[in-house]
Amino acid sequence: MSLKIEARPETPRSLLYATPLLAVALTVVSGFFIFLAMGYDPFLALYHFFISPLLSLYGWSELMVKAAPLIMIGVGLAVGFRANVWNIGAEGQLTIGAIAGGVVALAFWGDETWLTLPLMCVAGILGGMAYAAVPAFLKTRFGVNEILTSLMLTYVATLFLSTLVYGPLKDPLGFNFPQSRMFGDAALLPMILEGTRMHLGTVIALAIAVAGWVLMTFTIVGFQVRVLGQAPAAARFAGFSASRIVWFTLLLGGGLAGLAGTFEVAGPIGQLIPVISPGYGFTAIIVAFLGRLHPLGIILSGLLMALSYIGGEVAQVEVGLPQAVTGVFQGLLLFFLLASDFLVRYRIRRRAPAIQAARSAQAAEV
Amino acid sequence: MSLEVVALIILTVISAATPLLFAALGELVTEKSGVLNLGVEGMMILGAVAAFAVAVTTGSSSLGVLVGALAGMAMAFVFGVLTLTLAANQVATGLALTIFGLGLSSLIGAGFVGIPVPALPKLAIPGVSDLPIIGPLIFGHDVLVYLSLAAVAGVAWFLKKSRRGMILRAVGESDISAHSIGYNVIAVRYGAVLFGGAMAGLGGAFLSLSYTPLWNEGMTAGRGWIALALVVFSSWRPWRLLAGAYLFGGVTIAQLYSQGAGGFGIPAQVMSMLPYLATILVLTIIAAGPWKGRLNAPACLGKPFRPST
Amino acid sequence: MFKDLSRRHFLAGSTAAAGALSLGGPAALAAEPLKVGFVYVGPVGDFGWTHGHDLGRKAVEAEFGDKVKTTFVENVAEGPDADRVIRQLAASGNKLIFTTSFGFMNPTIRVAKQFPDVMFEHATGIQTAKNVAIYNARFYEGRAVIGTIAGHVTKTGKFGYVASFPIPEVVMGINAFILAARKVRPDAEIKVVWVNSWFDPGKEADATKALIDQGCDVITQHTDSPAPIQTAGSRGVWCFGQASDMSTFAPEYHATAILDVWAPYYIERVKAALDGTWQTSNVWYGFKEGMVEMAPYNERLPAEAVADAERVRKAIIDGSLHPFTGPINDQSGAEKVAAGQTISDNDLLGMGWYVEGVSA
Repeated sequence: MSLKIEARPETPRSLLYATPLLAVALTVVSGFFIFLAMGYDPFLALYHFFISPLLSLYGWSELMVKAAPLIMIGVGLAVGFRANVWNIGAEGQLTIGAIAGGVVALAFWGDETWLTLPLMCVAGILGGMAYAAVPAFLKTRFGVNEILTSLMLTYVATLFLSTLVYGPLKDPLGFNFPQSRMFGDAALLPMILEGTRMHLGTVIALAIAVAGWVLMTFTIVGFQVRVLGQAPAAARFAGFSASRIVWFTLLLGGGLAGLAGTFEVAGPIGQLIPVISPGYGFTAIIVAFLGRLHPLGIILSGLLMALSYIGGEVAQVEVGLPQAVTGVFQGLLLFFLLASDFLVRYRIRRRAPAIQAARSAQAAEV
Repeated sequence: MSLEVVALIILTVISAATPLLFAALGELVTEKSGVLNLGVEGMMILGAVAAFAVAVTTGSSSLGVLVGALAGMAMAFVFGVLTLTLAANQVATGLALTIFGLGLSSLIGAGFVGIPVPALPKLAIPGVSDLPIIGPLIFGHDVLVYLSLAAVAGVAWFLKKSRRGMILRAVGESDISAHSIGYNVIAVRYGAVLFGGAMAGLGGAFLSLSYTPLWNEGMTAGRGWIALALVVFSSWRPWRLLAGAYLFGGVTIAQLYSQGAGGFGIPAQVMSMLPYLATILVLTIIAAGPWKGRLNAPACLGKPFRPST
Repeated sequence: MFKDLSRRHFLAGSTAAAGALSLGGPAALAAEPLKVGFVYVGPVGDFGWTHGHDLGRKAVEAEFGDKVKTTFVENVAEGPDADRVIRQLAASGNKLIFTTSFGFMNPTIRVAKQFPDVMFEHATGIQTAKNVAIYNARFYEGRAVIGTIAGHVTKTGKFGYVASFPIPEVVMGINAFILAARKVRPDAEIKVVWVNSWFDPGKEADATKALIDQGCDVITQHTDSPAPIQTAGSRGVWCFGQASDMSTFAPEYHATAILDVWAPYYIERVKAALDGTWQTSNVWYGFKEGMVEMAPYNERLPAEAVADAERVRKAIIDGSLHPFTGPINDQSGAEKVAAGQTISDNDLLGMGWYVEGVSA
């Protein structure tokens, strides 16, 4: 008699919710000992990491500000990941979206109207889409791997932004510093909570996640994406065009990343600066998977990821925890969360069933 | 430009390409077994700091190199436990590994900032190494450079000719079939992942002990990501990987040289885009050209496998 | 937007503070220590810019002991995260907050509006407010000193400059270097390689090699890592440390270094805050005030190079020499500054053009 691991035919709902909590609990326990070993008050450190950012309305508003781009990008990427389209260049698409939206804001500078902001958003979406169209074109036309092209284009986008803010878009009155003019008020996203930085974009991000859920669950395109990801052969048999799905998912991911970029410059930043995003495009990949590629799950994972960043800052300020410890702790949290998925998909039993691979069960889960 | 200068430029290219080559070669083997580990940057930087710390503390650079490789391996082991034993998502685990590695490396390295370490010894063959041009070009490197080249040949032979290499490729192409023939898919993948970690650690050790013999936080500066791209670029072929790493290093160095030569009026940022654009261009030509280089990505790349025995 | 652009030296600070010490006694002696926050753009382990500021922070702790409590947040991205971190520091009771990168300017100003009782100090910025003081160091004075040495030790007359980004601070440094060097060696020229990063040891080393291969026999840098020093040293080329004494990385060829010395200013400002005499100010300190210093000169340097370097340094201190005194020509050879005139501080702070002899 020995212990056997086997795939669960179906996952009990309770476990779906219990495992993330278990992961957090394990992180807390290991964090406790790490902080203790390093000479910090573990209770205080954990409190500031997880609790104190959530104790005020302001804290929640900041959480939303930080999570919004992660959620928007994560939802877009998740659709692609489900179809096995590996866009890891959302950071570049975000940057191009920010440039496109920013250029519109600067073109209207001094003459903003109510149309400026909507135009910026459209430009941001189109910019991100155009940038994602490059890997889409290269993949569908020449079969070039999109992981490589989208990643390489990220570096190019950052350098392009740098060329612009050190050159043509530099604030003429800005002492030759690499930043554009501050956008006019009409080119900024309205705040929805007085005294905080919670801008309209945060609500739109949530709406986008819900729309993403509707898309994936109730539409034909969503169905095709899922089939293509799970059973490419069946998709071919059913006559779905793989090229179309590649184009669709990359344009969707790019457009959302571009919009997120525009929201960053039209929201908390308010101008073009040499670096727009502290790695949102990459972090969103983790967010997408932690959310199990489900748009609503991505809202939760986006918030959790944002909390781990903000909590890390608060712990630096309040407990003097070095940033390196924050990184280690964040890594642990992610490890535990990822590992806890195991319990969702498998169970341990004392019987010896027939040997079989469990790929299909996982695919259904992911 | 004199021949001596050309030789010097080639030397610069070789040292710029070597850390990429190490890390990418390890990742290539990992990916050939069907596992995608995006944590190269994290394994590399932990290798860099571990190698440096040991070299400074013990005074032995060779021990440093060894520990660098082991540190990369240890990180890879964490990745293996999560993705192979617990079947966690590989993409997300790899990214988490990078966050973890960057944090852990700066914790370990806090006491080692601003300390120099003697560079790795160069291969010095009396009489031969002093030959003009040829001497430094062929015999003027440190041991790790030769090791990286030997590793390319070794991996190429292993994947193509050896029985174990065939099993590894079979596991990457069709894990279910490999399993049903009786191969231990998980064990093979552990081996490949650990090898990838050791090589990334070596790449890091080369950075902190030879390329720029010092420790600074975040000193890998994104090289792990370039290594990942190079694997795809090489379409999972070791010799093409060597060409890719040297090409990427070459274009990077070429743009620095052309800036020094006046820059031809092109903004520096645009020059810096060249290595990335060149990579995309070359890959497109390979994929689209008349010879139609097959991309041959391992069929099971990135997909978790869990035999329910 | 830019209210106060004149650079007033805040010389009265220390005397006023000394006078107020007795008056401010009760408040200053209260049990609660003054909380002082620092926001860093890089890791404290960069051995460059952030490392320098952190030495200043430690000096504050050493000076005031348990009368102060310092906190720092490192690796803060210049963007929305900066607003939150600065606000977090303010909300958690820090009464004096140093934000140590140009990109923190707008966030600092924004948060300062919400916390009128908190004193802010922003490094290298151009915008003050009632509770936001700005400070910067005249690093170009140090560049003039090392340029002078470079003029003496060069054989080829070609210098290599490993540069980060073309912001005014960097442009100013390149110009000051070559202007000083050309006084010694009129045909000297400088090649600039931009690595588009403040910090990438590998790329900095490669840029150094590229410059040396192209005939440069003196290397200097405006990036943060010691890699250019190490590379130059191993190739037998003179070089200069950045921000801190980097001589351990090239003992034979590290000529000297321009040191960022923030400690005296930080101590002065913390003292003012403790005494209740803090007010906004706008300082640009140099050699004279001790915010810029030179590391010990390498013993292998020719005596006349050291003597000339010291002459330049002393002349800058006593005011008889301004490194940007005309005639100064731009890259095309056209005269930009007439003989005897100097470039104003405001024009320096926004410098966006190169002088003759620069190839960038």
